[in-house]
Amino acid sequence: MRLLPSGDAGLLVELDDLDAVLALHRTLAADPPAGVLDVVPASRTVLLVLDPAATTVGTVAAAVRAARPTAADRAGGELVELPVVYDGEDLADVGELLGCSAAEVVTRHTGTEWTVAFGGFAPGFGYLTAADGGWDVPRRSTPRTRVPAGAVALAGEFSGVYPRESPGGWQLLGHTDTAVFDLHREPAALLRPGVRVRFVDAR
Amino acid sequence: MRALTVLAPGPLTTVQDRGRLGRAAEGIGRSGVCDRAAAALANRLLGNDPDAAVLEVTAGGLAVRAETGLWLALTGARCAGPAPHAAPFWLAAGEELRLGPPVSGLRTHLAVRGGIAVDPVLGSRSTDLLSGLGPPVPTAGDVLPVGAARGEPGTVDVAGVADPPAGEVSVTVLPGPRADWFTDEAHALLTGTGWTVTGDGNRVGLRLAGPELTRGRTGELPSEGMVRGALQVPPSGQPVLFLADHPVTGGYPVIGYVAEPDVDRCGQLAPGQTLRFRRR
Repeated sequence: MRLLPSGDAGLLVELDDLDAVLALHRTLAADPPAGVLDVVPASRTVLLVLDPAATTVGTVAAAVRAARPTAADRAGGELVELPVVYDGEDLADVGELLGCSAAEVVTRHTGTEWTVAFGGFAPGFGYLTAADGGWDVPRRSTPRTRVPAGAVALAGEFSGVYPRESPGGWQLLGHTDTAVFDLHREPAALLRPGVRVRFVDAR
Repeated sequence: MRALTVLAPGPLTTVQDRGRLGRAAEGIGRSGVCDRAAAALANRLLGNDPDAAVLEVTAGGLAVRAETGLWLALTGARCAGPAPHAAPFWLAAGEELRLGPPVSGLRTHLAVRGGIAVDPVLGSRSTDLLSGLGPPVPTAGDVLPVGAARGEPGTVDVAGVADPPAGEVSVTVLPGPRADWFTDEAHALLTGTGWTVTGDGNRVGLRLAGPELTRGRTGELPSEGMVRGALQVPPSGQPVLFLADHPVTGGYPVIGYVAEPDVDRCGQLAPGQTLRFRRR
């Protein structure tokens, strides 16, 4: 664990891997040190956003060093099932990239237990990682200018669901009618760090 | 109904409060007023709750009409025109307030006693121009509801605060998480340069023009969280200074951070002004 300075309103904690990120995020989000306004997980880091009027970077750093995150228990998070119609334009391409048929891609995608690692890109977009790895798909060489809301996609080691229509370079597998982001729901984002996801073939 | 009618929004007027806190894990940034100290002062002058929403007026030009008599206060960039600055004033029912262009600075905060009472979105009345969350951007003809006045009105007649400076501005820069990604020369250039604030800045951030800040190492940085004040350096070597609507995470290395109280002043920089960084 490395503590990196981020001015007087932030402290960036760099960790060895995603499991360590999930564990530290869970520990700090459940019981944030005094004066911490937000905890931002990413793929290798956790940022603590602090109120400089209420605490100092040094105090927060001491609290982080004293935190005892338990090993990220992937089985512990809330489980969300997302019905997917696997009609994505890139399904065959993804099969080629992975050396299998399109049907096999669906079997593997639905057979994998995914965990939301972190957010970013857009409100409600969660980066989902597979418990047993095995996914490594490049982004499309030319991003699409328009990916519809609900598109279920892959890129790198991650899967994700587009919360709203936007440009995007991920490989499209299909779509879900479940709203992953809803302003009138609390919390608005369905796919928050630590949540486990099962995709279900809806056809 | 207590309300203000927008007659003209100027180049850009948004509703802002202190922002959406604690939602970064949902991919939602804080947003909120660009000049927190100025907005807090405006609310204090009127005896408002610190969470009350204000109008953030960019480059002046706002015209509003009071539908009922209202106490108002303007802070931040002082605009040309007869309205008092940094002092509470009464706008009678039917009276109009018209702001000219800023004398200096970029953003004026207009507070109303009772607060702008548009519907909050996810716990805040801030419009985040990057994510699109929040109340709609006001346009001519919009009627903005005003909340009931609560608590004691302010007792200060005029606040003795300095106007945002024109010309060159100097702020404190603190170490950033990826300072070691840059050459010694880049660090010397960061503090040795008068950076020009370009015209394509917005509430997300300022783009600064100057010499190229070169990296001492190659490779891609996995996206990581950042807060306002971050000086992110994209491959062009021209730094971006993040303001209120910055993305929750970013994938370019952050060479330094503007000290938190100084970020408010950066939110007042108009295109063409010069920004210098000094180390503490």
